[in-house]
Amino acid sequence: MSGSGLFNDNQVECIMEKKKDNSINRRDFIKIVGISTAAMGGLLSGCAPKEETDGAAKVKAGSGGMTYRTADCGDKVSLLGYGCMRWPTLPSPAKDGNVIDQEAVNELVDYAIAHGVTYFDTSPVYMQGWSEKSTGIALKRHPREKWQIATKLSNFANYTRENSIAMYRKSFEDLQVDHIDYYLLHSIGNGGIETFRARYIDNGILDFLMEERKAGRIRNLGFSFHGTQAVFDEVLAMHEKVHWDFVQIQLNYSDWRHASRGNVDAEYLYGELVKRNIQSVIMEPLLGGRLSRLPDHIIARLKQRRPDDSVASWAFRFAGSPEKVLTVLSGMTYKEHLIDNLRTYSPLIPLKEDDYAFLEETAQLMLKYPTIPCNDCQYCMPCPYGIDIPGVLLHYNKCVNEGNIPKSRQDENYREARRAFLVGYDRSVPKLRQASHCIGCETCNPHCPQSIDIPKELHRIDDFVEQLKQETL
Amino acid sequence: MLRKIRLMLAVVLFAMVTLLFLDFTGTLHAWFGWMAKIQFLPALFALNVGVVLFLLLLTLICGRVYCSVICPLGVFQDIVSWISARRKGKKHRFSYSPAMTWLRYSVLALFVVACIVGVGAFVALLAPYSSYGRIASNLFAPFWQWGNNVLAYLAERADSYAFYETDVWIKSMPTFVIALVTFIVLVVLAWRNGRTYCNTVCPVGTLLGAVSRFSLFRPVIDTEKCRNCRLCEKKCKASCIDIKNHRIDYSRCVACMDCLDACKHDALHYDSRWKKRSSAVSSAQSEAKSGASRRSFLTVAAMVTAGSVLRAQEKKVDGGLAPIIDKKKPKRMTPILPPGAKDKRHFAQHCTACQLCVSACPNGVLRPSTDLTRFMQPEMSYERGYCRPECKRCAEVCPTDAIDLKSLADKVSTQIGHAVFVKELCVVQRDGVSCGNCARHCPTGSILMVPENPDDPDSPKFPVVNVETCIGCGACENLCPSRPFSAIYVEGHERQRFV
Repeated sequence: MSGSGLFNDNQVECIMEKKKDNSINRRDFIKIVGISTAAMGGLLSGCAPKEETDGAAKVKAGSGGMTYRTADCGDKVSLLGYGCMRWPTLPSPAKDGNVIDQEAVNELVDYAIAHGVTYFDTSPVYMQGWSEKSTGIALKRHPREKWQIATKLSNFANYTRENSIAMYRKSFEDLQVDHIDYYLLHSIGNGGIETFRARYIDNGILDFLMEERKAGRIRNLGFSFHGTQAVFDEVLAMHEKVHWDFVQIQLNYSDWRHASRGNVDAEYLYGELVKRNIQSVIMEPLLGGRLSRLPDHIIARLKQRRPDDSVASWAFRFAGSPEKVLTVLSGMTYKEHLIDNLRTYSPLIPLKEDDYAFLEETAQLMLKYPTIPCNDCQYCMPCPYGIDIPGVLLHYNKCVNEGNIPKSRQDENYREARRAFLVGYDRSVPKLRQASHCIGCETCNPHCPQSIDIPKELHRIDDFVEQLKQETL
Repeated sequence: MLRKIRLMLAVVLFAMVTLLFLDFTGTLHAWFGWMAKIQFLPALFALNVGVVLFLLLLTLICGRVYCSVICPLGVFQDIVSWISARRKGKKHRFSYSPAMTWLRYSVLALFVVACIVGVGAFVALLAPYSSYGRIASNLFAPFWQWGNNVLAYLAERADSYAFYETDVWIKSMPTFVIALVTFIVLVVLAWRNGRTYCNTVCPVGTLLGAVSRFSLFRPVIDTEKCRNCRLCEKKCKASCIDIKNHRIDYSRCVACMDCLDACKHDALHYDSRWKKRSSAVSSAQSEAKSGASRRSFLTVAAMVTAGSVLRAQEKKVDGGLAPIIDKKKPKRMTPILPPGAKDKRHFAQHCTACQLCVSACPNGVLRPSTDLTRFMQPEMSYERGYCRPECKRCAEVCPTDAIDLKSLADKVSTQIGHAVFVKELCVVQRDGVSCGNCARHCPTGSILMVPENPDDPDSPKFPVVNVETCIGCGACENLCPSRPFSAIYVEGHERQRFV
């Protein structure tokens, strides 16, 4: 998610809503695109893919085309990387079970490549297991040298060597490629060092992958990281032996110095990588959209400083400014977000000293809003008892940002806030999938990359809902 | 003039009473709740002497204005009849017919007997207000709710919280069918012959008719002015004007005043009777007693059908939503009555089965019973929601004192049933997970999670119900993860008590 700064709250809301039912009706589309056009002038001509040989030139904020970084292997990599975990979905899955709207994906990929995007990041488990296939189909339509593909060994459930190798081979088949440009050990840190050893060391998979790199089927080998510092340090210490070509970390102006519980400050992660001269791939530059869905007065602050730039653009400039960043991933469901991000990086206007200070202040302001650090990655899903976990958490966050979490009945806006919270709750999440049905089995917890204690949060929200309903606040 | 006043009052009252059945937000009851309470049978069942005396007195003075103004079923028929009259050549479609006295009085007699013996189903079937309630809540309310849902959909798009969506569902098939049949029969009768139902079947009509024969004011034909044009007769939806003999059957006249406006020769007047009044009205409506079968109280019931629990489906990391099976109603030995129903007998005798509480319940808990002894009277079940501690909507809307609660404190301390645990269905047993959702949501803290093995505090914990403090609200049953049958469910109490 990204790029909501272009739109006012209602439209962002509208886009968010749409994300849920995965369809944009004609009127919404025209409305959104109309606004984008107004904001960006010539950009819209890019919507018709055919005329786009010179499209990249049109995506400009100031001067020219996409900013590129050069990888150690010599690749010219676009600073904007396409995250393939949030592709547009169909209202109901296709006959083969595929949930992805392939035509929409093709369009987005065409547009992105036409405007200079080269890096595409997927995983065998994204989009309920359909992301690689769809991404492969879309990319196949473009010359192989125009793009780099990154995918991962996502052996979360079954650690065996056989299953891991089968997963690795399946990626080639689904992506329809003979080599993978960037291959990652997926989500190191979750479950501590023991899980890391079980997934990659004890079964000999890391050695296998290093052999594959030697054979040229993997061009760059790295890992993506979520979790505690001890695991990061230990895995990074293996650099001498393994030689990590790149590492994917979570970096944004909120996590730079204020990482949520269970995560490591990005300042440390990036610093350690620079020390070893390893390039970083950035994930969660926008925290799943949380850095564009900000409280009003923080949005106002950002807009005052650069009125023409979107709220999201600040997050992307922050993530893209450090020199050792190879690419910044964004899971763009909507073309409007793609357009906005292309604009931010064509070219990147690096942050200045005072910009950093300004964003640090912004991050500190955000700390006063106790949102739950859920980035809507859906790794916790499906909950075996049917709860829509991200749905509940995101509704709560929305209410936090909008000031609809009353502290007591004496609050000035108590009645409105109560109604907004309760009516909005039923709208966002069907009753049967609400927090009241969480039994606390904790099946979800090991899957959360942000180390949220999900049942605890759900029970807390449920207690709050009860207080609102019974008016005992 | 009199007719216009009657029309205005009738339309306003009809609209308001109908809205009582349609409004699911509970806002209208605060203002118009009294309109349900001045209905004759509810007032009678509530032993609301003031209202009953007032209505009888009103009839004794003005005739059956109750039937043409206050009774929603009567006004409903008038509306159907009015639409029918707007067809070409149907403006004067009525004619005098002799009274079917034997039918009227035998239905009334049967009705009184049914009240005394306690055949609630028969009473509910004939009571006019209940009939209308069924029609409004079963046939009109869904359209109202769908309309609301469209507005809610639009409001959501407009980022407004003014409207919220409601569930539209058939609460009981038999009741729905009865409402539909009543509706069709009434529409057909009213379409063709106006107030046939009120003057042949309706027990309230018959009773008030017996009184209105002696009413002080009534339409009188001035035989000197009358030209025998029969315009009034053709306009009389009660078919009670006999121009040939210049007589009006006041037991059937509903004082609608249509005839007054119809007469072109000023021969009809709403006048007081000059003769001496006789007010021999015995309205001693019996107090019903009923012999209710007594069922033994069972603390533990075996489940008839074994439920299956939703199993953890295979993990796909970011994999969508697990399917949820609908809950099924467990077989309860004793039905659960709404809090404030006091006891089985009190409730059966005072409830008119008007469906007002059923349509008002915001939690989807109340629905009409299908049991013949309590047919169409409300009972509770917790598949869709539970009896929430902050709500006493049913007691607020009940026009009789069948559901009688003084305060919320009363409600949360009224024991309407108690929870029963079925270990075989519990997810702790079946899935080997830890749970405790029932204990976490119990508003009275009557459920304890106790380790299975007393020597091992870490052994699986199962719920233990304190039946002394459990009020039977159904939070545990509704929120139990076991589906379709909950591992903890509520058995009703025949006699409600305070904890």
